[in-house]
Amino acid sequence: MNEDTDIIRSQRRPGRGAFITYVTGYLLSLYLTLTSYLLVTRHMGTAWTMVWLIVGLALVQFWVQLMFFLHLGQETRPRWRLLIFSFMTLVVLILVFGSLWIMTNLNYRMMGSPEKIKQYMQSQVGL
Amino acid sequence: MSQEAEAIAIEHLRHDTERRAASEKTLFGFWVYLMTDCVLFASLFATYAVLHHNTFGGPSGKQIFDMPYVLTETLLLLTSSFTCGLGVLSARRRDKRLVLVLFGITLLLGASFLGMELSEFRNLALAGNSWRRSGFLSSYFTLVGTHGLHIAIGLLWMAVMMVRVKRGHLSDNMVKRLTLLSLFWHFLDVIWIFIFTIVYLMGALGV
Repeated sequence: MNEDTDIIRSQRRPGRGAFITYVTGYLLSLYLTLTSYLLVTRHMGTAWTMVWLIVGLALVQFWVQLMFFLHLGQETRPRWRLLIFSFMTLVVLILVFGSLWIMTNLNYRMMGSPEKIKQYMQSQVGL
Repeated sequence: MSQEAEAIAIEHLRHDTERRAASEKTLFGFWVYLMTDCVLFASLFATYAVLHHNTFGGPSGKQIFDMPYVLTETLLLLTSSFTCGLGVLSARRRDKRLVLVLFGITLLLGASFLGMELSEFRNLALAGNSWRRSGFLSSYFTLVGTHGLHIAIGLLWMAVMMVRVKRGHLSDNMVKRLTLLSLFWHFLDVIWIFIFTIVYLMGALGV
């Protein structure tokens, strides 16, 4: 019986592993942040190449912080936290890309600017 | 071991398991809140993504963002997230003095971050580039300001927790609350990764 209690107690006390996890997460995040910052400020390529690179680096850092700081990977089954996280990701993607899609489409149908609409209207007057 | 002692030990263990299950439930509930907050930020990000070209003759991001300043803010927040995590580890070790030191550092770093952000907002407004200037600036102030508001609430929570830790002892309940606070703080740093990349870095690239 005592042994069981000891095991439970020892599970609740974090060891060196937990400390190393935080240090690794911090150093990786630091490295990723500085890399994307330097890529942008030193103009290491065309703007759109840089956009894809920094978005990639941001997603990697997102993953690093989820695993090392928010401990999403250490969850035991059933993985409810992962489930609701996945649902959140789905809602976020629909919200962000859906808005961009609709607004770009709207912009296209509005012909980009009021001046262009005016031009079009004027060209149609003769009809 | 006598039978009586064994019964007490079993009772103890059962109690322990129940308490841990309750604590897990609280953590899960808080996680659900954080995920819904992500959806709030997503709608603000979407607004920003749609409006960021609408400068209405005013300045674009490239003209007003001071990149070294923003990098300093980012590093302050990232470091505070790290010290906050270490603070929870020391709380789980029941090291009260270290908890106060680490959360104290987190509080200072977080307050410096908020101070820098407010001074950035103030300089923008004084230069005539407040949220009333253009669609871009409205969405910028709303997105970054909402994050700043979360930081302010986090700092207040942290200050209250520190006073309570200082006065009382590190009970299981206190450790649980500190864990929730650290989840909140890490979450804010995660949101900041995207603000840093999408608002500031992409703004500096002019896309």
